[in-house]
Amino acid sequence: MQSIVVIDFGSGNLHSVRKAIEHVANGASVTVSNRPEEVVAADRVIFPGQGAIGSCLQAIDATGMRQAIGEVITSKPLLGICLGLQALYEHSEEDGGIDCLGVLAGRVKRFPAPGDGALKIPHMGWNQVDQNPHPLWSGIEQGARFYFVHSYYVDSSELAEVVGVTQYGVSFTSAASRGNLFAVQFHPEKSQHSGLKLLENFVGWDGADG
Amino acid sequence: MGLAKRIIPCLDVDNGRVVKGVQFVDIRDAGDPVEIARRYDQEGADELTFLDITASSDNRGTMIHVVEQVAGEVFIPLTVGGGIRKVDDVLRMLNAGADKVAINTAAVAHPEFVRQATDHCGSQCIVVAVDAKQVTGGDTPRWEIFTHGGRKATGIDAIEWCRRMADYGAGEILLTSMDRDGTRNGFDLPLTRRVCDTVEIPVIASGGVGNLNHLVEGVIEGHADAVLAASIFHFAEHTVEEAKRCMQAAGIEVRL
Repeated sequence: MQSIVVIDFGSGNLHSVRKAIEHVANGASVTVSNRPEEVVAADRVIFPGQGAIGSCLQAIDATGMRQAIGEVITSKPLLGICLGLQALYEHSEEDGGIDCLGVLAGRVKRFPAPGDGALKIPHMGWNQVDQNPHPLWSGIEQGARFYFVHSYYVDSSELAEVVGVTQYGVSFTSAASRGNLFAVQFHPEKSQHSGLKLLENFVGWDGADG
Repeated sequence: MGLAKRIIPCLDVDNGRVVKGVQFVDIRDAGDPVEIARRYDQEGADELTFLDITASSDNRGTMIHVVEQVAGEVFIPLTVGGGIRKVDDVLRMLNAGADKVAINTAAVAHPEFVRQATDHCGSQCIVVAVDAKQVTGGDTPRWEIFTHGGRKATGIDAIEWCRRMADYGAGEILLTSMDRDGTRNGFDLPLTRRVCDTVEIPVIASGGVGNLNHLVEGVIEGHADAVLAASIFHFAEHTVEEAKRCMQAAGIEVRL
């Protein structure tokens, strides 16, 4: 039986992530944990997150999770969700500007102010993802919609790491991958069929670009 | 192509049971929130909103159980409103599986509560529900906030209030016209448009939907980011999918 750990750094709603994984991972043991040793021991790891990046990074350091995430990336599949995507980049403009984990190349920026009211912030709702080939998109229609809710976006500087692009005033990275790592800006656990399919693909993925 | 406009069915829940008579022909238990949520999910609802109208606070725990059950089966965003008065109430709903909570009366009574809730839980999960009623007509209409189901005036200007709630960190406004609610005559479009054009956060239009064209008007004339309706879906007059096809035919981007 494979074990899947959802990293808990106190950001609230992990129930949905756990429920969605249980729904697609027949018989897997799914646990929520803030203990690095449990994260490192799992077969695969989910790195979710919502709220503000500053408190997320603080919690990562307070629990000793920074090193655990580093170890996981080199050894087993890791799925980042929302803030779990943004935290992997070099720097974020949120919370007055903050250095992040620096695993992926690029920066996290705030959406431009709505101005004429055309674009609301947060970017909230179902938007399309223009997919670049990756095994985790298997069985999901090109351009399928996923549920987003965020005010900051990823501006990648390494095109090879971009596997999904979405338009919202700007064109931003909505999915990124490198080796065992796959991370998305949207919430697959809230994206109905397409989201569940992506989670199912992750649960059966061996990592390292498939 | 880009962000789709959302359609959100709304369910009133009393003591753990859906009320206002949901009438799907082939549903076994018309009062079961899980069964109804599953149906709307199948029809393509973009989100679901549950309003807890349970009168007694002793029975509030029932709603937690409903949210847990629905969240275990339906994988679209869930908003829960009714009786949310403290940060603890917000956390309890989020931990049960809600994605957002709607705050109404408590925001009017203690506006700082909205700031506390967004500081603690993030803007993305705090919806401020605003019940507005027109108080002056003519060329310069004015709307005010009412509480207690539209019976109690507060004297607060609705447009200013929405702006203030956005400044306090609310992630979204759920705007209900108390003049239109239950009439089936369509949204209060001037109100909807004023609020949507004023705040920089998404706005859900609510109150008055009686046919599918009203949903179209809410987006095109009201500038709403999402439309919420109850009775047209509950009485099986229309499915969510029909509503989306109608909006798409009017040139509105939807998720189909």
